[in-house]
Amino acid sequence: MVTLKTPISKSDHVRGPMTAAITLVEYGDYQCPHCGMAHPIVNQVQAHFRDSLRFVFRHFPLAEVHPIAGIAAESAEFAGAAGLFWEMHDALFENQSILSVPTIFMIAEKLRLPEIELRDALATGRYRNKVRGDFMGGVRSGVNGTPAFFINGVRHDGAYDFASLVSAIQLRITADSHV
Amino acid sequence: MASILSAGTVAPDFTLRVTPDQNLTLSDLRGRNVIIVFYPADWSPVCGDQVALYNELLTEFHKHDAEILGISVDGVWCHAAFARHRNLHFPLLADFEPKGELARKYGAYRATEGVCERALFVLDREGMIAWSYCSPIAVNPGADGILDALEQLSKKANAHGHLEDAHQQE
Repeated sequence: MVTLKTPISKSDHVRGPMTAAITLVEYGDYQCPHCGMAHPIVNQVQAHFRDSLRFVFRHFPLAEVHPIAGIAAESAEFAGAAGLFWEMHDALFENQSILSVPTIFMIAEKLRLPEIELRDALATGRYRNKVRGDFMGGVRSGVNGTPAFFINGVRHDGAYDFASLVSAIQLRITADSHV
Repeated sequence: MASILSAGTVAPDFTLRVTPDQNLTLSDLRGRNVIIVFYPADWSPVCGDQVALYNELLTEFHKHDAEILGISVDGVWCHAAFARHRNLHFPLLADFEPKGELARKYGAYRATEGVCERALFVLDREGMIAWSYCSPIAVNPGADGILDALEQLSKKANAHGHLEDAHQQE
């Protein structure tokens, strides 16, 4: 059983109540097509479980094969500093097919994020350590590709269509309640 | 699954083609830690993910003074195309002729399919196997085991270094 080595902390991006019984962690890459496919499914899963699930997204960009992935992750962090992480996160995945530096700046403009400051943050790598920290935490937790899901700290090795994720989460809740 | 060479065994030396006109010899890397990654095939989906992950971790490996070598039965031109396509920055060696000869020495050859196992070896500075792991063929083993093994080696080296310092002070 592969388990999550990095506990959820204040530096994480969390969607859903802190008291939720289920914590779903995804290690993802904004330029990875599989993560793009998983994105609407994760949203459906969250809608299905409502307040009993909190979703945590951590960066796992494979920058050598996905040249925009690192910049996209850093831009999401930049948006996060302005309280708009999830808005940027959703927009990056929704525009994955046209993901590029101009697309990222277009999204930032729509979110009314300051263009010059974003340019500066990317140029100086202000969020590079945060993204790398997510990545290395994932590596140490046995993440070997994206998307990688952890349900209450245990890696989900199965498929990640809606039905598979929902049933895996239900099984995990049952298993955890017997501990 | 094959029975691969285990920790405590001296890693068999080899010289293999790394580019169409260059060879690489394991013992030339003596004095540094070495990660040997046997994998079934260039271009296969799992192998692609696996090498892409290691490619992102080269700075971590270098922090532990470790070189990483990928080995499969694919030929040098195939390796060259694969490495260029994936932007790989570490050498891929061709266990091509006689096919799989080196993989057999490491116990990492699948004769039925004619490919290497998905097997990992971490060698210490003296060329001794410090850790090895054979993954189910369809499972990408990730890098946590490699990093744990390298950390152990670094710890050992540091402890040894302190010991030598202590002796010198005496």
